[in-house]
Amino acid sequence: MNPKRKKKLILILSLFAGFACVFALAFYSLKGNLDHFYSPHEVLEGQVKPGQRLKVGGIVKDHSVEHSEDSLDVTFIVTDTLGDVIINYTGILPDLFREGQGVVIQGVLNEQGGVDADKVLAKHDENYTPPEAAAALMKAAEKQEQDAAKKYSNQ
Amino acid sequence: MWNRFKTWFYQMSSPPHFFEKIKGWIKWSGFIGLTLLVVGIVWGLGIAPADYQQGNSFRIIYIHVPAAGAAMSAYIMLAIWGLIYLVWKIKMVDIFTQALIPFGAVLCAIALLTGGLWGIPTWGIAFVADARILSTALLLFLFIGLFLIRSQVQPLERAQKISSIVAIVGVVNIPVIKYSVEWVATLHQGATFTLTEKPKMPPEMYLPLLCTVLGVYFLMFAWTMIQARWICLQRDSGKRWVNQWLEAQSKEKSS
Repeated sequence: MNPKRKKKLILILSLFAGFACVFALAFYSLKGNLDHFYSPHEVLEGQVKPGQRLKVGGIVKDHSVEHSEDSLDVTFIVTDTLGDVIINYTGILPDLFREGQGVVIQGVLNEQGGVDADKVLAKHDENYTPPEAAAALMKAAEKQEQDAAKKYSNQ
Repeated sequence: MWNRFKTWFYQMSSPPHFFEKIKGWIKWSGFIGLTLLVVGIVWGLGIAPADYQQGNSFRIIYIHVPAAGAAMSAYIMLAIWGLIYLVWKIKMVDIFTQALIPFGAVLCAIALLTGGLWGIPTWGIAFVADARILSTALLLFLFIGLFLIRSQVQPLERAQKISSIVAIVGVVNIPVIKYSVEWVATLHQGATFTLTEKPKMPPEMYLPLLCTVLGVYFLMFAWTMIQARWICLQRDSGKRWVNQWLEAQSKEKSS
């Protein structure tokens, strides 16, 4: 490589490396602000004050969803296993909303430490499974449970 | 072997030689790309099983993922070419850059649109300001910026220099897009395909996806080369080989 080009290449690469380092540091220190939502335990720790708008993300706790009988009101618990937050919501829930499913809630933290939600978004993961396979997996898990129960009762 | 590659490389850097020799490559990659894309889309949208949770709406992955992946690859390519152009001043590389920018922009727009379309039934919203989506939007703006620099800045040499620098600087956005789903909490799901783990979907789901992904890459190559041929003609207009080619074209038409 002729020396002039070599010099130029080194110059550009070192400038870029410097810029990339600065960018990486800035990104790293701002990372907390880039989070799209809080986890329930972060809310419980008091990172958000009552009356403040926030987003909470977590799993809908099993058997926690309670629909009101005469309105669209619904309450449920969002958990990250380290903490639970009660969510009050009025409106139609997304199709993917169900117990055990990931959700992101937008709303206001109320005095009781729960969230009055005005938006419920369903989060889905990167695993995709055909329905038959999912059903088979479910069956296998059930069978295992039953077998375990049988073994237990035989003892 | 190395010497043969070197000769081939030097020959391909000359517009008249490239103009003729690339035709075969375009034909084949265009044919393979189109076939793979059609097979992948029919297979993915029509034949592959639905997801047990999302049902049919997950099928948009067969367009969303190839568009997003190829847009990011296109940008990385632009940055590499920008570096090569700044250091070695190879004109052909700059012609490829100019050819690839609009294709990358369109792919990025498709990725954002299909992402929004997918978000409506699954998340319950089309657009949220999470890190993955914002960084992808930034990628689109970078593509548009590069396009504008090339169409607005005069003279050409200045435009080439600025767009090369912007392309190199903007490449820091690519790891942000790629790893945003791991580094920060996003509504967007993680990656289904990683180099270290096995795919998080069964073969009857990922094979059509593989087809569309490869298809888009082949088409990106074909499209870039087709455009590069026309840019060669444009930049060398007035030169002897272009005039000869134009004459041959008009003769063909009249006969």
